[in-house]
Amino acid sequence: MRSRRRGRSATAVAGLCLIAALAGIALAAPLLPGSPTTIAATRALGGPSFAEPFGMDDLGRSVLSRVVHAYRVSLGVALASVGFALALGLPLGLLAGYAEGLIDQCIMRPLDVLMAFPAILLAIALMSVFGTGVVLVSLALGIVYLPVLTRVVRAAVLATKAEVYVEGARAVGAPAGRLVLRHILPNCVTPVFVQASVLMAIAILVEAALSFLGVGVRPPTPSLGLMLSDGRGFMLQAPWVVIFPGLAIVTAVLGFNMLADGLRDWLDPQDGAR
Amino acid sequence: MSGPVYAARRLLLAVPLLLGMSVLVFGLMRIIPGDPAVTVLGYKATPDAVRALRAAFHLDEPLLQQYLRWLGGLVRGDFGVDFRQNEPIGRMILDRLPVTVELTLVAAVCAALLGVPVGLLAGARRRGAADRASLALGLLGISIPDFWLGIMLILTFSLAAGLLPSSGFVPLGEDALLNLQYLALPALTLSLSRAAALARLTRAAVMDVVHRPFVQFARAKGLGEKAILVRHVLPNAAIPIVTVIGLQVGYMLGGAIVVETIFALPGLGRMTLDAVLERNYPVVQSGLLVVGAMFMLVNLVTDMLYGLLDPRLRRR
Repeated sequence: MRSRRRGRSATAVAGLCLIAALAGIALAAPLLPGSPTTIAATRALGGPSFAEPFGMDDLGRSVLSRVVHAYRVSLGVALASVGFALALGLPLGLLAGYAEGLIDQCIMRPLDVLMAFPAILLAIALMSVFGTGVVLVSLALGIVYLPVLTRVVRAAVLATKAEVYVEGARAVGAPAGRLVLRHILPNCVTPVFVQASVLMAIAILVEAALSFLGVGVRPPTPSLGLMLSDGRGFMLQAPWVVIFPGLAIVTAVLGFNMLADGLRDWLDPQDGAR
Repeated sequence: MSGPVYAARRLLLAVPLLLGMSVLVFGLMRIIPGDPAVTVLGYKATPDAVRALRAAFHLDEPLLQQYLRWLGGLVRGDFGVDFRQNEPIGRMILDRLPVTVELTLVAAVCAALLGVPVGLLAGARRRGAADRASLALGLLGISIPDFWLGIMLILTFSLAAGLLPSSGFVPLGEDALLNLQYLALPALTLSLSRAAALARLTRAAVMDVVHRPFVQFARAKGLGEKAILVRHVLPNAAIPIVTVIGLQVGYMLGGAIVVETIFALPGLGRMTLDAVLERNYPVVQSGLLVVGAMFMLVNLVTDMLYGLLDPRLRRR
Protein backbone atom coordinates (compact mmCIF):
# COMPACT_ATOMS: atom_id res chain seq x y z
CA MET A 1 0.00 0.00 0.00
CA ARG A 2 2.78 2.42 0.92
CA SER A 3 4.78 1.73 -2.21
CA ARG A 4 1.68 2.29 -4.31
CA ARG A 5 1.02 5.63 -2.68
CA ARG A 6 4.62 6.63 -3.09
CA GLY A 7 4.47 5.53 -6.76
CA ARG A 8 1.44 7.68 -7.31
CA SER A 9 2.82 10.72 -5.61
CA ALA A 10 5.89 10.26 -7.81
CA THR A 11 3.56 10.65 -10.82
CA ALA A 12 2.18 13.86 -9.34
CA VAL A 13 5.65 15.21 -8.59
CA ALA A 14 6.90 14.32 -12.06
CA GLY A 15 3.89 16.08 -13.59
CA LEU A 16 4.49 19.10 -11.38
CA CYS A 17 8.17 19.25 -12.34
CA LEU A 18 7.25 19.06 -16.03
CA ILE A 19 4.72 21.88 -15.65
CA ALA A 20 7.17 23.99 -13.62
CA ALA A 21 9.86 23.54 -16.27
CA LEU A 22 7.50 24.54 -19.10
CA ALA A 23 6.13 27.48 -17.10
CA GLY A 24 9.72 28.59 -16.41
CA ILE A 25 10.55 28.44 -20.12
CA ALA A 26 7.38 30.35 -20.98
CA LEU A 27 8.09 33.05 -18.39
CA ALA A 28 11.71 33.40 -19.45
CA ALA A 29 10.90 33.37 -23.19
CA PRO A 30 11.64 37.09 -23.80
CA LEU A 31 15.03 36.72 -22.10
CA LEU A 32 16.10 33.70 -24.14
CA PRO A 33 18.22 34.09 -27.28
CA GLY A 34 16.42 33.71 -30.61
CA SER A 35 13.35 35.49 -31.90
CA PRO A 36 10.00 34.01 -32.92
CA THR A 37 9.39 36.71 -35.51
CA THR A 38 12.76 37.24 -37.23
CA ILE A 39 12.29 36.23 -40.86
CA ALA A 40 15.23 34.80 -42.80
CA ALA A 41 14.05 33.85 -46.28
CA THR A 42 17.35 32.15 -47.12
CA ARG A 43 16.85 29.69 -44.29
CA ALA A 44 13.18 28.91 -45.07
CA LEU A 45 12.25 25.31 -44.20
CA GLY A 46 15.81 24.62 -43.08
CA GLY A 47 16.12 21.29 -41.29
CA PRO A 48 17.00 20.74 -37.64
CA SER A 49 20.62 21.56 -36.87
CA PHE A 50 22.78 22.07 -33.82
CA ALA A 51 21.94 25.79 -33.70
CA GLU A 52 18.26 25.28 -34.52
CA PRO A 53 17.25 21.87 -33.12
CA PHE A 54 13.59 22.22 -34.23
CA GLY A 55 14.42 23.56 -37.72
CA MET A 56 12.96 26.60 -39.52
CA ASP A 57 9.42 27.28 -40.78
CA ASP A 58 8.33 28.42 -44.25
CA LEU A 59 9.35 32.04 -43.55
CA GLY A 60 12.69 31.03 -42.07
CA ARG A 61 11.56 31.66 -38.49
CA SER A 62 12.98 29.47 -35.72
CA VAL A 63 10.47 26.76 -34.80
CA LEU A 64 12.06 26.39 -31.36
CA SER A 65 11.65 30.10 -30.60
CA ARG A 66 8.08 30.01 -31.82
CA VAL A 67 7.28 26.96 -29.67
CA VAL A 68 8.80 28.63 -26.61
CA HIS A 69 6.78 31.80 -27.16
CA ALA A 70 3.63 29.84 -28.02
CA TYR A 71 3.85 28.21 -24.56
CA ARG A 72 3.17 31.67 -23.09
CA VAL A 73 -0.14 31.70 -24.96
CA SER A 74 -1.02 28.05 -24.23
CA LEU A 75 -0.31 28.19 -20.52
CA GLY A 76 -1.64 31.73 -20.15
CA VAL A 77 -4.97 30.86 -21.77
CA ALA A 78 -5.25 27.65 -19.72
CA LEU A 79 -4.52 29.49 -16.46
CA ALA A 80 -6.83 32.40 -17.23
CA SER A 81 -9.75 30.22 -18.34
CA VAL A 82 -9.57 27.85 -15.37
CA GLY A 83 -9.05 30.84 -13.06
CA PHE A 84 -12.15 32.52 -14.46
CA ALA A 85 -14.23 29.34 -14.13
CA LEU A 86 -12.96 28.89 -10.57
CA ALA A 87 -13.60 32.50 -9.52
CA LEU A 88 -17.25 32.19 -10.56
CA GLY A 89 -17.80 28.46 -10.05
CA LEU A 90 -16.56 28.25 -6.46
CA PRO A 91 -19.05 30.77 -4.98
CA LEU A 92 -21.86 29.52 -7.24
CA GLY A 93 -21.24 25.88 -6.30
CA LEU A 94 -20.99 26.73 -2.58
CA LEU A 95 -24.23 28.68 -2.75
CA ALA A 96 -26.12 26.05 -4.79
CA GLY A 97 -24.97 23.20 -2.58
CA TYR A 98 -25.50 25.00 0.71
CA ALA A 99 -28.85 26.65 -0.05
CA GLU A 100 -30.40 23.84 -2.16
CA GLY A 101 -34.05 24.31 -3.19
CA LEU A 102 -35.00 27.17 -5.46
CA ILE A 103 -31.60 28.92 -5.39
CA ASP A 104 -29.94 25.64 -6.38
CA GLN A 105 -32.37 25.23 -9.29
CA CYS A 106 -31.85 28.81 -10.46
CA ILE A 107 -28.07 28.32 -10.54
CA MET A 108 -27.81 24.78 -11.89
CA ARG A 109 -30.53 24.62 -14.58
CA PRO A 110 -29.01 27.35 -16.81
CA LEU A 111 -25.58 25.72 -16.36
CA ASP A 112 -27.12 22.40 -17.48
CA VAL A 113 -27.89 24.08 -20.80
CA LEU A 114 -24.21 25.01 -21.22
CA MET A 115 -23.24 21.41 -20.38
CA ALA A 116 -25.68 20.09 -23.00
CA PHE A 117 -23.26 20.98 -25.82
CA PRO A 118 -19.97 19.24 -26.59
CA ALA A 119 -17.25 21.47 -25.07
CA ILE A 120 -15.46 22.27 -28.31
CA LEU A 121 -18.73 23.07 -30.08
CA LEU A 122 -19.76 25.50 -27.35
CA ALA A 123 -16.31 27.09 -27.49
CA ILE A 124 -16.61 27.53 -31.28
CA ALA A 125 -20.09 29.02 -30.86
CA LEU A 126 -18.82 31.51 -28.25
CA MET A 127 -15.83 32.43 -30.41
CA SER A 128 -18.16 33.14 -33.33
CA VAL A 129 -19.79 35.75 -31.10
CA PHE A 130 -16.66 37.09 -29.42
CA GLY A 131 -14.25 37.19 -32.37
CA THR A 132 -10.64 35.94 -32.16
CA GLY A 133 -7.86 36.82 -29.70
CA VAL A 134 -6.05 35.56 -26.61
CA VAL A 135 -8.34 37.23 -24.05
CA LEU A 136 -11.51 36.15 -25.83
CA VAL A 137 -10.37 32.50 -26.09
CA SER A 138 -9.69 32.51 -22.34
CA LEU A 139 -13.13 33.94 -21.67
CA ALA A 140 -14.88 31.42 -23.96
CA LEU A 141 -13.06 28.47 -22.36
CA GLY A 142 -13.81 29.90 -18.91
CA ILE A 143 -17.53 29.90 -19.72
CA VAL A 144 -17.30 26.34 -21.09
CA TYR A 145 -15.67 25.12 -17.84
CA LEU A 146 -17.86 27.09 -15.46
CA PRO A 147 -20.62 24.42 -15.22
CA VAL A 148 -18.06 21.63 -14.77
CA LEU A 149 -16.37 23.30 -11.78
CA THR A 150 -19.66 24.48 -10.28
CA ARG A 151 -20.95 20.89 -10.34
CA VAL A 152 -17.81 19.56 -8.68
CA VAL A 153 -18.00 22.16 -5.89
CA ARG A 154 -21.73 21.62 -5.39
CA ALA A 155 -21.33 17.84 -5.15
CA ALA A 156 -18.53 18.25 -2.58
CA VAL A 157 -20.66 20.66 -0.54
CA LEU A 158 -23.64 18.29 -0.56
CA ALA A 159 -21.45 15.40 0.60
CA THR A 160 -19.76 17.46 3.32
CA LYS A 161 -23.00 18.95 4.63
CA ALA A 162 -24.15 15.50 5.71
CA GLU A 163 -21.03 14.97 7.87
CA VAL A 164 -21.58 14.82 11.62
CA TYR A 165 -19.01 17.51 12.42
CA VAL A 166 -20.87 20.01 10.23
CA GLU A 167 -24.08 19.13 12.03
CA GLY A 168 -22.23 19.60 15.30
CA ALA A 169 -20.96 23.02 14.30
CA ARG A 170 -24.48 23.96 13.32
CA ALA A 171 -25.84 22.65 16.62
CA VAL A 172 -23.51 24.87 18.64
CA GLY A 173 -24.80 27.83 16.67
CA ALA A 174 -22.11 28.54 14.07
CA PRO A 175 -23.43 31.15 11.62
CA ALA A 176 -23.93 30.10 7.99
CA GLY A 177 -20.92 32.05 6.69
CA ARG A 178 -18.58 30.46 9.21
CA LEU A 179 -20.07 27.03 8.53
CA VAL A 180 -19.42 27.34 4.81
CA LEU A 181 -15.97 28.93 4.95
CA ARG A 182 -14.45 27.10 7.92
CA HIS A 183 -16.09 23.68 7.77
CA ILE A 184 -17.36 23.02 4.26
CA LEU A 185 -14.97 24.85 1.93
CA PRO A 186 -11.78 23.03 3.08
CA ASN A 187 -13.38 19.73 2.01
CA CYS A 188 -14.00 21.01 -1.50
CA VAL A 189 -10.36 21.85 -2.11
CA THR A 190 -9.24 18.34 -3.13
CA PRO A 191 -11.84 17.58 -5.82
CA VAL A 192 -11.58 21.14 -7.14
CA PHE A 193 -7.81 20.90 -7.41
CA VAL A 194 -7.97 17.59 -9.30
CA GLN A 195 -10.66 18.92 -11.64
CA ALA A 196 -8.77 22.16 -12.23
CA SER A 197 -5.70 20.17 -13.22
CA VAL A 198 -7.73 18.07 -15.69
CA LEU A 199 -9.30 21.26 -17.10
CA MET A 200 -5.86 22.86 -17.55
CA ALA A 201 -4.90 19.88 -19.72
CA ILE A 202 -8.12 20.12 -21.73
CA ALA A 203 -7.79 23.90 -22.06
CA ILE A 204 -4.37 23.53 -23.70
CA LEU A 205 -5.85 20.99 -26.13
CA VAL A 206 -8.94 23.06 -26.92
CA GLU A 207 -7.05 26.36 -27.33
CA ALA A 208 -4.72 24.65 -29.81
CA ALA A 209 -7.71 23.10 -31.62
CA LEU A 210 -9.57 26.45 -31.82
CA SER A 211 -6.49 28.26 -33.12
CA PHE A 212 -5.91 25.41 -35.59
CA LEU A 213 -9.48 25.83 -36.87
CA GLY A 214 -9.08 29.60 -37.23
CA VAL A 215 -11.40 30.64 -34.40
CA GLY A 216 -8.84 31.00 -31.61
CA VAL A 217 -5.72 33.13 -31.32
CA ARG A 218 -5.08 35.69 -34.08
CA PRO A 219 -2.19 34.97 -36.53
CA PRO A 220 0.77 37.19 -35.56
CA THR A 221 0.64 35.72 -32.03
CA PRO A 222 2.67 32.50 -31.93
CA SER A 223 0.29 29.67 -30.99
CA LEU A 224 0.88 25.93 -31.19
CA GLY A 225 -2.43 25.36 -32.99
CA LEU A 226 -1.68 28.10 -35.56
CA MET A 227 1.80 26.68 -36.17
CA LEU A 228 0.22 23.32 -37.01
CA SER A 229 -2.33 24.79 -39.42
CA ASP A 230 0.39 26.93 -41.09
CA GLY A 231 2.78 24.00 -41.30
CA ARG A 232 0.33 21.60 -42.91
CA GLY A 233 1.11 22.85 -46.40
CA PHE A 234 4.85 22.14 -46.08
CA MET A 235 4.84 19.03 -43.94
CA LEU A 236 6.07 16.62 -46.60
CA GLN A 237 9.21 18.70 -47.36
CA ALA A 238 9.69 19.86 -43.78
CA PRO A 239 7.99 17.51 -41.30
CA TRP A 240 9.62 19.34 -38.35
CA VAL A 241 7.22 22.28 -38.77
CA VAL A 242 4.36 20.02 -37.62
CA ILE A 243 6.17 17.44 -35.48
CA PHE A 244 7.68 19.77 -32.86
CA PRO A 245 4.68 22.02 -32.14
CA GLY A 246 2.57 18.85 -31.76
CA LEU A 247 5.07 17.27 -29.37
CA ALA A 248 5.07 20.54 -27.43
CA ILE A 249 1.30 20.26 -26.94
CA VAL A 250 1.57 16.60 -25.89
CA THR A 251 4.27 17.45 -23.32
CA ALA A 252 2.26 20.21 -21.64
CA VAL A 253 -1.00 18.23 -21.63
CA LEU A 254 0.81 15.15 -20.31
CA GLY A 255 2.22 17.21 -17.43
CA PHE A 256 -1.23 18.30 -16.25
CA ASN A 257 -2.75 14.85 -16.77
CA MET A 258 0.06 13.30 -14.69
CA LEU A 259 -0.51 15.86 -11.95
CA ALA A 260 -4.27 15.17 -11.96
CA ASP A 261 -3.78 11.39 -11.96
CA GLY A 262 -1.24 11.45 -9.17
CA LEU A 263 -3.29 13.86 -7.05
CA ARG A 264 -6.50 11.91 -7.54
CA ASP A 265 -5.02 8.65 -6.29
CA TRP A 266 -2.82 10.19 -3.66
CA LEU A 267 -5.56 12.25 -2.07
CA ASP A 268 -8.33 9.66 -2.43
CA PRO A 269 -8.95 8.36 1.11
CA GLN A 270 -10.48 5.14 -0.26
CA ASP A 271 -7.20 4.29 -1.89
CA GLY A 272 -5.69 2.87 1.30
CA ALA A 273 -8.57 0.44 1.68
CA ARG A 274 -8.00 -1.24 -1.65
CA MET B 1 -40.71 2.34 -11.74
CA SER B 2 -41.11 0.19 -14.82
CA GLY B 3 -38.89 0.54 -17.88
CA PRO B 4 -41.26 2.47 -20.18
CA VAL B 5 -42.25 4.90 -17.42
CA TYR B 6 -38.59 5.53 -16.61
CA ALA B 7 -37.85 6.14 -20.29
CA ALA B 8 -40.85 8.47 -20.66
CA ARG B 9 -39.79 10.49 -17.62
CA ARG B 10 -36.27 10.89 -18.97
CA LEU B 11 -37.64 11.99 -22.34
CA LEU B 12 -39.93 14.52 -20.66
CA LEU B 13 -36.98 15.99 -18.76
CA ALA B 14 -35.19 16.47 -22.09
CA VAL B 15 -37.82 18.92 -23.38
CA PRO B 16 -36.96 21.91 -21.13
CA LEU B 17 -33.26 21.29 -21.75
CA LEU B 18 -33.81 21.37 -25.53
CA LEU B 19 -35.80 24.60 -25.17
CA GLY B 20 -32.98 26.09 -23.10
CA MET B 21 -30.48 25.08 -25.77
CA SER B 22 -32.58 26.70 -28.51
CA VAL B 23 -32.78 29.94 -26.49
CA LEU B 24 -29.00 29.87 -25.98
CA VAL B 25 -28.06 29.39 -29.64
CA PHE B 26 -30.68 31.90 -30.80
CA GLY B 27 -29.50 34.43 -28.21
CA LEU B 28 -25.81 33.91 -29.09
CA MET B 29 -26.47 34.61 -32.77
CA ARG B 30 -28.36 37.80 -31.86
CA ILE B 31 -25.72 39.34 -29.61
CA ILE B 32 -23.09 39.19 -32.35
CA PRO B 33 -22.19 42.83 -32.99
CA GLY B 34 -23.18 44.26 -36.37
CA ASP B 35 -26.14 43.85 -38.69
CA PRO B 36 -26.09 40.37 -40.27
CA ALA B 37 -27.74 41.77 -43.40
CA VAL B 38 -24.84 44.21 -43.87
CA THR B 39 -22.35 41.40 -43.19
CA VAL B 40 -23.89 39.28 -45.95
CA LEU B 41 -24.34 42.03 -48.53
CA GLY B 42 -21.09 43.86 -47.81
CA TYR B 43 -20.59 47.49 -46.87
CA LYS B 44 -21.32 48.77 -50.37
CA ALA B 45 -24.93 47.49 -50.26
CA THR B 46 -27.68 50.05 -50.80
CA PRO B 47 -30.03 50.73 -47.86
CA ASP B 48 -32.86 49.31 -49.97
CA ALA B 49 -31.07 46.01 -50.50
CA VAL B 50 -30.29 45.77 -46.77
CA ARG B 51 -33.92 46.52 -45.94
CA ALA B 52 -35.12 43.86 -48.41
CA LEU B 53 -32.84 41.20 -46.92
CA ARG B 54 -33.88 42.13 -43.38
CA ALA B 55 -37.52 41.75 -44.41
CA ALA B 56 -36.89 38.45 -46.24
CA PHE B 57 -35.25 36.93 -43.14
CA HIS B 58 -37.67 38.64 -40.71
CA LEU B 59 -34.74 40.41 -39.04
CA ASP B 60 -36.93 43.52 -38.64
CA GLU B 61 -39.35 41.75 -36.29
CA PRO B 62 -39.09 41.85 -32.47
CA LEU B 63 -36.68 39.24 -31.07
CA LEU B 64 -39.37 37.18 -29.36
CA GLN B 65 -41.36 36.94 -32.59
CA GLN B 66 -38.20 35.91 -34.50
CA TYR B 67 -37.47 33.23 -31.92
CA LEU B 68 -41.01 31.85 -31.96
CA ARG B 69 -41.01 31.83 -35.78
CA TRP B 70 -37.75 29.84 -35.78
CA LEU B 71 -39.01 27.47 -33.07
CA GLY B 72 -42.34 26.98 -34.86
CA GLY B 73 -40.44 26.11 -38.04
CA LEU B 74 -38.20 23.65 -36.17
CA VAL B 75 -41.22 21.83 -34.74
CA ARG B 76 -42.54 21.39 -38.29
CA GLY B 77 -39.09 20.30 -39.49
CA ASP B 78 -38.47 23.58 -41.31
CA PHE B 79 -35.02 25.00 -40.52
CA GLY B 80 -35.36 28.01 -42.83
CA VAL B 81 -32.93 28.97 -45.60
CA ASP B 82 -29.31 30.12 -45.39
CA PHE B 83 -28.08 33.70 -45.94
CA ARG B 84 -25.81 33.05 -48.90
CA GLN B 85 -27.31 30.59 -51.38
CA ASN B 86 -30.91 30.51 -50.15
CA GLU B 87 -30.50 26.75 -49.75
CA PRO B 88 -32.94 25.08 -47.31
CA ILE B 89 -30.95 24.39 -44.13
CA GLY B 90 -32.96 21.23 -43.39
CA ARG B 91 -31.71 19.76 -46.68
CA MET B 92 -28.09 20.77 -45.89
CA ILE B 93 -28.30 19.09 -42.49
CA LEU B 94 -29.86 15.90 -43.88
CA ASP B 95 -27.12 15.67 -46.53
CA ARG B 96 -24.34 15.95 -43.95
CA LEU B 97 -25.84 14.06 -41.03
CA PRO B 98 -25.01 10.53 -42.33
CA VAL B 99 -21.30 11.42 -42.68
CA THR B 100 -21.00 12.59 -39.07
CA VAL B 101 -23.07 9.70 -37.73
CA GLU B 102 -21.05 7.11 -39.64
CA LEU B 103 -17.72 8.66 -38.61
CA THR B 104 -18.76 8.79 -34.95
CA LEU B 105 -20.13 5.24 -34.91
CA VAL B 106 -17.12 3.68 -36.65
CA ALA B 107 -14.79 5.58 -34.31
CA ALA B 108 -16.82 4.49 -31.27
CA VAL B 109 -16.63 0.83 -32.30
CA CYS B 110 -12.85 1.16 -32.87
CA ALA B 111 -12.41 2.83 -29.48
CA ALA B 112 -14.44 0.14 -27.70
CA LEU B 113 -12.62 -2.73 -29.44
CA LEU B 114 -9.25 -1.20 -28.57
CA GLY B 115 -9.94 0.25 -25.14
CA VAL B 116 -12.14 -2.27 -23.31
CA PRO B 117 -9.96 -5.40 -23.74
CA VAL B 118 -6.80 -3.49 -22.77
CA GLY B 119 -8.53 -2.09 -19.68
CA LEU B 120 -9.91 -5.50 -18.73
CA LEU B 121 -6.51 -7.20 -18.90
CA ALA B 122 -4.77 -4.37 -17.08
CA GLY B 123 -7.38 -4.29 -14.31
CA ALA B 124 -7.32 -8.06 -13.84
CA ARG B 125 -3.52 -8.23 -13.59
CA ARG B 126 -2.87 -5.16 -11.53
CA ARG B 127 0.72 -3.96 -11.24
CA GLY B 128 1.91 -6.48 -13.81
CA ALA B 129 4.01 -5.40 -16.75
CA ALA B 130 0.92 -5.15 -18.97
CA ASP B 131 -0.82 -2.94 -16.40
CA ARG B 132 2.10 -0.55 -16.14
CA ALA B 133 2.44 -0.34 -19.91
CA SER B 134 -1.28 0.30 -20.35
CA LEU B 135 -1.21 3.00 -17.66
CA ALA B 136 1.63 4.84 -19.35
CA LEU B 137 0.12 4.46 -22.82
CA GLY B 138 -3.30 5.52 -21.56
CA LEU B 139 -1.88 8.69 -20.03
CA LEU B 140 0.00 9.44 -23.25
CA GLY B 141 -3.06 8.61 -25.38
CA ILE B 142 -5.35 11.11 -23.65
CA SER B 143 -2.65 13.79 -23.98
CA ILE B 144 -2.33 13.62 -27.78
CA PRO B 145 -4.48 16.22 -29.57
CA ASP B 146 -6.61 14.50 -32.21
CA PHE B 147 -5.92 17.15 -34.85
CA TRP B 148 -2.17 16.60 -34.52
CA LEU B 149 -2.64 12.82 -34.65
CA GLY B 150 -4.71 13.33 -37.82
CA ILE B 151 -1.94 15.41 -39.40
CA MET B 152 0.68 12.81 -38.47
CA LEU B 153 -1.46 9.99 -39.93
CA ILE B 154 -1.92 11.96 -43.18
CA LEU B 155 1.83 12.61 -43.32
CA THR B 156 2.64 8.93 -42.79
CA PHE B 157 -0.11 7.00 -44.57
CA SER B 158 -1.20 9.41 -47.30
CA LEU B 159 1.69 11.69 -48.23
CA ALA B 160 4.70 9.47 -47.52
CA ALA B 161 3.31 5.96 -48.09
CA GLY B 162 0.43 6.82 -50.42
CA LEU B 163 -1.73 4.08 -48.92
CA LEU B 164 -4.91 5.93 -47.96
CA PRO B 165 -6.62 9.12 -49.19
CA SER B 166 -5.97 12.22 -47.06
CA SER B 167 -9.23 14.03 -47.82
CA GLY B 168 -12.65 13.63 -49.36
CA PHE B 169 -15.51 11.20 -48.93
CA VAL B 170 -17.50 8.56 -50.81
CA PRO B 171 -20.94 7.69 -49.38
CA LEU B 172 -21.48 4.19 -48.06
CA GLY B 173 -24.32 3.59 -50.53
CA GLU B 174 -22.10 4.34 -53.54
CA ASP B 175 -19.07 2.18 -52.86
CA ALA B 176 -18.65 0.48 -49.51
CA LEU B 177 -14.96 -0.32 -49.99
CA LEU B 178 -14.01 3.20 -51.06
CA ASN B 179 -16.14 4.55 -48.21
CA LEU B 180 -14.09 2.51 -45.76
CA GLN B 181 -10.83 3.74 -47.29
CA TYR B 182 -11.87 7.36 -46.94
CA LEU B 183 -13.12 6.81 -43.41
CA ALA B 184 -10.17 4.76 -42.08
CA LEU B 185 -7.81 7.60 -41.11
CA PRO B 186 -10.50 9.96 -39.76
CA ALA B 187 -12.04 7.20 -37.63
CA LEU B 188 -8.62 6.15 -36.31
CA THR B 189 -7.82 9.79 -35.50
CA LEU B 190 -11.07 10.27 -33.63
CA SER B 191 -10.92 6.96 -31.76
CA LEU B 192 -7.36 6.75 -30.46
CA SER B 193 -7.53 9.20 -27.56
CA ARG B 194 -11.02 7.87 -26.69
CA ALA B 195 -9.68 4.31 -26.68
CA ALA B 196 -7.03 5.45 -24.20
CA ALA B 197 -9.64 7.10 -21.98
CA LEU B 198 -11.82 4.00 -22.21
CA ALA B 199 -8.93 1.69 -21.28
CA ARG B 200 -8.17 3.81 -18.19
CA LEU B 201 -11.77 3.82 -17.00
CA THR B 202 -12.37 0.14 -17.80
CA ARG B 203 -9.29 -0.67 -15.73
CA ALA B 204 -10.65 1.37 -12.82
CA ALA B 205 -14.09 -0.27 -13.12
CA VAL B 206 -12.56 -3.76 -13.14
CA MET B 207 -10.31 -2.97 -10.19
CA ASP B 208 -13.37 -1.82 -8.29
CA VAL B 209 -15.07 -5.19 -8.80
CA VAL B 210 -12.09 -7.55 -8.49
CA HIS B 211 -11.92 -7.14 -4.71
CA ARG B 212 -15.62 -7.63 -4.01
CA PRO B 213 -16.56 -10.65 -1.85
CA PHE B 214 -18.40 -12.46 -4.66
CA VAL B 215 -15.23 -12.57 -6.73
CA GLN B 216 -13.28 -13.94 -3.79
CA PHE B 217 -16.06 -16.50 -3.33
CA ALA B 218 -15.88 -17.54 -6.99
CA ARG B 219 -12.12 -17.96 -6.63
CA ALA B 220 -12.57 -19.90 -3.38
CA LYS B 221 -14.91 -22.38 -5.01
CA GLY B 222 -12.20 -23.10 -7.58
CA LEU B 223 -13.38 -21.22 -10.66
CA GLY B 224 -10.63 -20.43 -13.19
CA GLU B 225 -9.39 -16.84 -13.56
CA LYS B 226 -10.75 -16.58 -17.10
CA ALA B 227 -14.23 -17.71 -16.07
CA ILE B 228 -14.19 -15.29 -13.11
CA LEU B 229 -13.25 -12.43 -15.40
CA VAL B 230 -15.89 -13.17 -18.04
CA ARG B 231 -18.78 -14.36 -15.87
CA HIS B 232 -18.42 -12.33 -12.68
CA VAL B 233 -16.16 -9.32 -13.19
CA LEU B 234 -17.25 -8.14 -16.64
CA PRO B 235 -21.04 -8.05 -16.03
CA ASN B 236 -20.53 -6.06 -12.83
CA ALA B 237 -18.03 -3.68 -14.39
CA ALA B 238 -20.27 -3.27 -17.46
CA ILE B 239 -22.35 -0.40 -16.06
CA PRO B 240 -19.54 2.13 -15.67
CA ILE B 241 -18.00 0.89 -18.93
CA VAL B 242 -21.22 1.48 -20.89
CA THR B 243 -21.59 4.92 -19.32
CA VAL B 244 -18.07 5.82 -20.33
CA ILE B 245 -18.61 4.55 -23.90
CA GLY B 246 -21.71 6.78 -24.05
CA LEU B 247 -19.73 9.78 -22.78
CA GLN B 248 -17.00 9.08 -25.34
CA VAL B 249 -19.54 8.95 -28.20
CA GLY B 250 -20.78 12.36 -27.08
CA TYR B 251 -17.22 13.67 -26.93
CA MET B 252 -16.61 12.33 -30.45
CA LEU B 253 -19.53 14.37 -31.79
CA GLY B 254 -17.52 17.43 -30.72
CA GLY B 255 -14.21 15.98 -31.92
CA ALA B 256 -15.83 15.22 -35.29
CA ILE B 257 -15.81 18.98 -36.02
CA VAL B 258 -12.03 18.99 -35.91
CA VAL B 259 -11.55 15.67 -37.70
CA GLU B 260 -14.03 16.53 -40.48
CA THR B 261 -12.12 19.75 -41.06
CA ILE B 262 -8.69 18.06 -41.27
CA PHE B 263 -9.87 15.32 -43.63
CA ALA B 264 -12.30 17.54 -45.59
CA LEU B 265 -15.29 15.30 -44.82
CA PRO B 266 -18.67 16.83 -45.72
CA GLY B 267 -20.16 16.40 -42.23
CA LEU B 268 -22.29 18.47 -39.85
CA GLY B 269 -19.34 19.71 -37.81
CA ARG B 270 -17.52 21.09 -40.83
CA MET B 271 -20.74 22.66 -42.10
CA THR B 272 -21.17 24.46 -38.77
CA LEU B 273 -17.54 25.60 -38.63
CA ASP B 274 -17.63 26.85 -42.24
CA ALA B 275 -20.83 28.74 -41.44
CA VAL B 276 -19.11 30.32 -38.41
CA LEU B 277 -16.16 31.41 -40.57
CA GLU B 278 -18.39 32.95 -43.26
CA ARG B 279 -20.87 34.36 -40.73
CA ASN B 280 -23.84 32.44 -42.12
CA TYR B 281 -25.82 32.77 -38.88
CA PRO B 282 -29.00 30.80 -39.71
CA VAL B 283 -26.81 27.78 -40.54
CA VAL B 284 -24.65 28.21 -37.41
CA GLN B 285 -27.77 28.44 -35.26
CA SER B 286 -29.35 25.26 -36.62
CA GLY B 287 -26.06 23.35 -36.88
CA LEU B 288 -25.29 24.07 -33.20
CA LEU B 289 -28.76 23.00 -32.14
CA VAL B 290 -28.72 19.74 -34.15
CA VAL B 291 -25.26 18.68 -32.92
CA GLY B 292 -26.24 19.71 -29.38
CA ALA B 293 -29.47 17.69 -29.62
CA MET B 294 -27.54 14.65 -30.86
CA PHE B 295 -25.12 15.03 -27.95
CA MET B 296 -28.07 15.18 -25.57
CA LEU B 297 -29.70 12.16 -27.21
CA VAL B 298 -26.51 10.11 -26.78
CA ASN B 299 -26.40 11.04 -23.09
CA LEU B 300 -30.09 10.17 -22.75
CA VAL B 301 -29.67 6.74 -24.37
CA THR B 302 -26.65 6.13 -22.12
CA ASP B 303 -28.74 6.98 -19.08
CA MET B 304 -31.47 4.58 -20.20
CA LEU B 305 -28.99 1.76 -20.85
CA TYR B 306 -27.66 2.41 -17.37
CA GLY B 307 -31.17 1.79 -16.02
CA LEU B 308 -31.52 -1.30 -18.19
CA LEU B 309 -28.23 -2.80 -17.00
CA ASP B 310 -28.81 -2.02 -13.35
CA PRO B 311 -32.46 -2.56 -12.37
CA ARG B 312 -31.79 -1.07 -8.92
CA LEU B 313 -31.44 2.41 -10.43
CA ARG B 314 -34.92 2.47 -11.94
CA ARG B 315 -36.59 2.69 -8.58
CA ARG B 316 -34.95 5.97 -7.71
